[in-house]
Amino acid sequence: MALGIEASLGESVLTSKLDEIINWGRKYSLWPYVFGTACCAIEFMSTAAAQFDISRFGAEVVRYSPRQADMLMVCGTITYKQAPILHRIYHQLCEPKWVVSVGACATSGGIYDNYCTVQGIDQIIPVDVYVSGCPPRPEGILNALMDLQKQIESNSILIDPQARHKDFRGILDQ
Amino acid sequence: MNDTALTQLQEAFPSATCTQVIDTAVLDVQTDDLTTTLTALKENFGCDLLLDVTGIDYLTYPKPPQKERFRVVYTLRNWRDNLVVQVRTGVSNPKIGLPTASSIWESANWGERECWDQYGINFSGHPDLRRILNHVQFEGHPLRKDYPVDKRQVLMESDSLEAPLKARLASKDTGHEAMTELGTDVMFLNIGPAHPATHGAIRFAVALDGETILANVVEIGYLHRGFEKLAEKHTYNQVIPLTDRLNYCSSMMNNIAYVKAIEKFANIEITERAQFMRVVLGEFYRILDHLVCLAAAGVDVGGLTNYWYLYDEKEAAYDFISKLCGGRLMSTATRIGGMYHDFHEGWEKEMEFHLAAIEKGAGDSQGLMEKNRILQDRMQNVCRFSPEQAISFGLTGPNLRSCGVPFDLRKDAPYYNYDAFDFDIPIGSNGDVYDRFMIRYEEIKQSIRIIRQAMKMIPGGPVNVNDPQVHLPKKAQVYTKIEGLANHFKMVFEGVHVPKGEWYDGYEAANGELGFHFVSDGSGTPYKCKVRPPCFYTLGSFPAMVEGSMIADAIVNLSCLNIIGGELDR
Repeated sequence: MALGIEASLGESVLTSKLDEIINWGRKYSLWPYVFGTACCAIEFMSTAAAQFDISRFGAEVVRYSPRQADMLMVCGTITYKQAPILHRIYHQLCEPKWVVSVGACATSGGIYDNYCTVQGIDQIIPVDVYVSGCPPRPEGILNALMDLQKQIESNSILIDPQARHKDFRGILDQ
Repeated sequence: MNDTALTQLQEAFPSATCTQVIDTAVLDVQTDDLTTTLTALKENFGCDLLLDVTGIDYLTYPKPPQKERFRVVYTLRNWRDNLVVQVRTGVSNPKIGLPTASSIWESANWGERECWDQYGINFSGHPDLRRILNHVQFEGHPLRKDYPVDKRQVLMESDSLEAPLKARLASKDTGHEAMTELGTDVMFLNIGPAHPATHGAIRFAVALDGETILANVVEIGYLHRGFEKLAEKHTYNQVIPLTDRLNYCSSMMNNIAYVKAIEKFANIEITERAQFMRVVLGEFYRILDHLVCLAAAGVDVGGLTNYWYLYDEKEAAYDFISKLCGGRLMSTATRIGGMYHDFHEGWEKEMEFHLAAIEKGAGDSQGLMEKNRILQDRMQNVCRFSPEQAISFGLTGPNLRSCGVPFDLRKDAPYYNYDAFDFDIPIGSNGDVYDRFMIRYEEIKQSIRIIRQAMKMIPGGPVNVNDPQVHLPKKAQVYTKIEGLANHFKMVFEGVHVPKGEWYDGYEAANGELGFHFVSDGSGTPYKCKVRPPCFYTLGSFPAMVEGSMIADAIVNLSCLNIIGGELDR
């Protein structure tokens, strides 16, 4: 039985919480910035192409300007030479923003345990979702997207999005 | 290589020691004779293609062949007569180093820069001796044997590239000084590496007059992941997964090139079936590599439709590859002495299905692109390169052939029965971006021809050599016989023992000549494994290609050169 405003206006309105409606909008309109450096970027290409079709999850609007994106997907190995660029791009993204670490290299350095490879991008920027695999299958990337959507559901406009990572200090934050 | 070539070389260079290692003539020269020897080889012996420059550090080598710690090797090729020559010289003092060869070949510029970066060997007279793979704040030289593999160095801020760009602008007679009189000035612009058109790992800085590029410098190394250092820490077979990640668009071709080089030196004769398997799969991956290049190049000129046509076929081909290798992108399908395992049942039918689909997809795409006026205007007569320039810069593969040079290792130095197949080598007539783009459609057609012939000719039988020193014994033997168990353990722990020596071997990969230069100390681990990546030298020619063109031309040129970061930076 309808209550409140729905009782007087019938089925023409739906009532909800402001948080829910905003989170619903956000989670189905994640605009990825693909920081593609290596092999994982090829698998992201597959994820975006017809067979896996990332647009089913509302995340097909790939932007190459950090000002226009809210989901940073780090697809590939990050070297120490690349690290300052990733760091700068992360800070150029507007809040609220989320970071997905795609593949073994971005997550932990992967098989490249050596002098030039950063052993996981969480030494530089905070990460929300990690994807395993070398490279991960497109299903893995889509799964990360769904995980992120779940995380977004619990957001609230009353909480400052920056508060999540206010204690984060990476190797380049000095 | 024939015997007369070796005799002729010895006669021409009496003070040098001339030996033959597999198909390569190796000349050991004194440092003082280096420049004259290299010049004479280019002028008199037709070695106009400098394939690679690399150093060797003998610090931990058992019984080193020379008293000096370092040695530099120049690998040259006479592409007309199928002659590979290596010129080696000891370096008594790396700080003084050697005279540069960059005035003889343009490709020596980047080759020697890398040698300096990785080994700290100086090249006197080099126009631009800077670090190339490692970052500006890096200290030390990582491929030296006393540099620990896990000694990491953090870069706090990227290099602005201002100094090298201004130096290059000053060295060119562009007349830009007159611009100030007109009340304008040169504009400096940075593009990449985090730019979609530079595909993630390349950065270039340009000096502009309006939209016209006056000077350009390219910065690489953003995906330098230490392949060569890691290879020294793994057994020969363990390196195969690392080779997947060189050119990740055609991983199988790297696998094949790598094991082919080792098998050739270690005198391992693989079975007929394995040879045909490598032909079929190598050509299939060549097609896939070209599909990605064409798809991405279309996107870079604003034609997204083309991407869907081509990428769909690549995606479908993953079904076949997953069945064969277990993974989509990374194959790791070869082993020293053969293949990981045989084809699955019914592969011929599936392969034919994919070939037909690719024929249709690539045909549709070619129909869209070939006669498209916008594409023609964007690509024709843009960034032209002459055959002489292309050879001097060390271009190989489709990029070289698009400039009109009919050089293809599959025809000129055939391996794996390539001489038995009926196929053509497409070449370009203009050396412009359009040729570099269209030649890949033609190569796809030729590769399909080769695969169809190979599928008819492929014999039955095993895909691995029956030699416990080379290949893992069958599981049944490991579980029931002590010899089998012992062989298994030795193979896994020690790896395949490759005889002591140094050698180079090349393979016609999708982007050009993919070569491996090995130094073996007789153990199961490579003492040194240097890759000759085709992309590296291709990108070295990029500034010369784009200077004088517009920014938009440089973007479309970059995508048609098909630079793959993993292979470029290793």
